[in-house]
Amino acid sequence: MRVSVAEAPFDVGREVAEFSAGCSGMGAIVSFTGIVRDLPEAPLEAMEIEHYPGMTESALEDMARRAIERFSLGDALIIHRHGRLAPGETIMMVATAAPHRKDAFDAAEFLMDFLKSRAPFWKREITAGGADWVAAKDEDEDALARW
Amino acid sequence: MDVLYFAWVRERIGLPREKVQTEAATVTDLVEELIAREPRYAAAFADLSALRVAVDQQLADFDAPLAGVREVAFFPPMTGG
Repeated sequence: MRVSVAEAPFDVGREVAEFSAGCSGMGAIVSFTGIVRDLPEAPLEAMEIEHYPGMTESALEDMARRAIERFSLGDALIIHRHGRLAPGETIMMVATAAPHRKDAFDAAEFLMDFLKSRAPFWKREITAGGADWVAAKDEDEDALARW
Repeated sequence: MDVLYFAWVRERIGLPREKVQTEAATVTDLVEELIAREPRYAAAFADLSALRVAVDQQLADFDAPLAGVREVAFFPPMTGG
């Protein structure tokens, strides 16, 4: 299990390759990558991500441990960036390894649902019109109910 | 104890963290003490349903006890992922 919270960019391909290489006996590797999306209504200049150093790492480690236990994973990886990101940049990724694909997919969904509303990150969108904190969505909170 | 603020809570209060001397028994008691200090705290804590709290870096409820606690953080609902 590995959790990384850092400002620096990371190479998704290399992370997936290294994660996969360390997972012998696992038939399924799933990875999800989150990208800074441009806004349809106003061009996004940047996305700023604030976090809670210390709590962030322990919250992500706790999520990864729960996913490993619940879905009998061989391994799990969470990488999440903070700081100022441009549209198109990679924000975060999760990867999960399991003997079979259903557990690997479900565990990735589980991690994403918890990352959305239980990991102490706050996003702010910077446009020509100013800076706005991204509001949490009810549907993200509702998504936790299925777990 | 250390009291930390994040995102728009930090902006409204105007600082990221401060030391607070308090005998508050619960998070709610601490919030009431802070609100009584200055209008900027009242502005930040106007709607507690829009806030979340962590006690010693664990998500908690506003009725959580503060005995022995070193760090309390206030912030809006999280938007990770």
